[in-house]
Amino acid sequence: MEKIYQRPESLTGISTHYCPGCGHGTVHRIIAEVVDELGIREKTIGIAPVGCAVVAYDYWNFDCSEAAHGRATAVATAIKRVRPENIVFTYQGDGDLAAIGTNETIHAANRGENITVIFINNAIYGMTGGQMAPTTLLGQKTATTPEGRDSTVQGYPLKISEMLALLPAVKYIERTSLASVPEINKTKNAIRAAFKNQVDKVGFSLVEILSPCPTYWGMTPEKSLEWIRDVLSKEFPLGKIK
Amino acid sequence: MGKITIDREKCKGCLLCVSVCPKKLIVVDKKLNKKGIKPVRFEENPECLGCMMCAIICPDCCIEVYK
Amino acid sequence: MKTTKILISGNEAIAKGAIDAGCFFYAGYPITPQNELIAYMATHMPALGRVFIQAESELAAINMVYGASAAGVRAMTSSSSPGVSLKQEGISYIAGAELPAVIVNMVRGGPGLGNIAPAQSDYFQSTRGGGHGDYHCLVLAPYSVQEAYELMFTSFDLTDKYRIPAIILGDGMLGQMMEPLEGQRSKFKSQRYEKPWALTGCAGRKPNIAKSFYLAEGDLEKFNLLLQKKYKLIRAKEQRWEEFFVQDAKIILVAYGSMARIAKSVVTGLRAKGKKIGLIRPISLWPFPEKIFQQTALKNKKAKVLVVEMSYGQMLEDVKLALNCKLPVEFFGRSGGGIPTEEEIIKQIK
Repeated sequence: MEKIYQRPESLTGISTHYCPGCGHGTVHRIIAEVVDELGIREKTIGIAPVGCAVVAYDYWNFDCSEAAHGRATAVATAIKRVRPENIVFTYQGDGDLAAIGTNETIHAANRGENITVIFINNAIYGMTGGQMAPTTLLGQKTATTPEGRDSTVQGYPLKISEMLALLPAVKYIERTSLASVPEINKTKNAIRAAFKNQVDKVGFSLVEILSPCPTYWGMTPEKSLEWIRDVLSKEFPLGKIK
Repeated sequence: MGKITIDREKCKGCLLCVSVCPKKLIVVDKKLNKKGIKPVRFEENPECLGCMMCAIICPDCCIEVYK
Repeated sequence: MKTTKILISGNEAIAKGAIDAGCFFYAGYPITPQNELIAYMATHMPALGRVFIQAESELAAINMVYGASAAGVRAMTSSSSPGVSLKQEGISYIAGAELPAVIVNMVRGGPGLGNIAPAQSDYFQSTRGGGHGDYHCLVLAPYSVQEAYELMFTSFDLTDKYRIPAIILGDGMLGQMMEPLEGQRSKFKSQRYEKPWALTGCAGRKPNIAKSFYLAEGDLEKFNLLLQKKYKLIRAKEQRWEEFFVQDAKIILVAYGSMARIAKSVVTGLRAKGKKIGLIRPISLWPFPEKIFQQTALKNKKAKVLVVEMSYGQMLEDVKLALNCKLPVEFFGRSGGGIPTEEEIIKQIK
């Protein structure tokens, strides 16, 4: 028998601090696989968020930078402008990209920076203990919406990907999920397309990934994948947005 | 025919691989790992297809697949 | 290289100095009174194949500087007081990640929206952090267009050498005034300091990480001790000041930046009348030039010190600390865009 599946070179293999069933580990691995397959490990520079994935740089085997909360796309803009031959990507959660960092996200997209943005949408703020995110669903109970999100007070779940798709300089946006093996495979295809766009100098590319947070959704890992399939992806439809 | 190996010390017991194996060949181990968790266990079985679904769904990259 | 003498504003001299010193990346946001600086960068940087970005905010700009610096190039931003307040988070991160960066603050009246007249009310913000954590920026205060140009070379070299951010503390008056600039340095050839820590892609080496996060028990304290060691070294080696008729002075004025120009006029005028008066002009505000104050306290035992600022007494505290109660210190200041005049200072002396 021959080995047909193993840890990619761009993943360090350190045991992660993520909760059992968390989507971060899966997406870190997929990104590492894509980087290996495209042969760009030695050119890649990743920018980690503030959030549970703040130490993502410990799990990847390429150059990385931390960024202040929300500022990853500004950091990425500068790195890509001064080192255009490097492959620069950001990895951001819903607060990082669509709350505190909304301005930086919109303007990097509007300028058409040739970067890749990986957006982990788990509809909650995990690291700080399960508070409302911009993408939290109406009626969803969180630490700061104990009665459930109310549109009259907290507004509606933010469809940032649909908003960014309006910008002419944005070249590719797709929303995928981790709800099943076929969905994970689609996620990898989308991530590959987003990185390949940068390699081919096509322009700003973003993949939004509906990702499980079993701990703060109060579900088992298996149930949290069902919730993505049955509830979250009804509010955030999957597929190519641009 | 295929087989898998599981890094039982990295396994967090999320059980996603158990739910996804089409032949139900992955089970929960009775013995704890160093994290104090019951990881999953695979015993070599000709039913294993080497389909890789367990490895793909594993968030912690614990599984290697052979075919 | 033959250079011509040119007439140029402070804002443009700073921009030109940065470019001549090899600044490769500039990001900024328009704010009065430094808009000539960003305009100069917009005109000249792209033509040289360097990067200019008008960022969406001062906050975005400082984070872009963080990125460019992490990628190993000389990076700079400029702003004025309210915009520099926005940058404080980014500056703390730059200090924590030990990245070089130059931040120009052409100070205006505050607090809040204030006005667009000159002031020196950001001394505390510049020297006492401004952002969170136990860190320092180098702070350099030019008092002429010529010095503003030259300090750009100093700041880019020192920030690269020590891996620390630097603030060039100017003010609205310095930015707008036009003076001759001569002896411009020859075109920048290469950076003096290697940057093996930079993010360039990990070919041929282990991956680099730019970060300021140390979660494991004891790690952050260890890192902070390293920073403190660095700051101690900088305090010992990088104090800068000018002495003007201090030797036999019985009254010693202390002023920096534009205020020092007025103070110098006071000294010149009163010396002509036989008064034994002098001026200490700090050029580095951090590290504060304690050495000259300690020397002066020993040599001019009967002297009285008058600190003059366009503030209500910020550098005053560092003067008092440096003199350690050895000489009496008085203060005169105006802020909110008010500028102490020669007559007002002379009245204080009497």
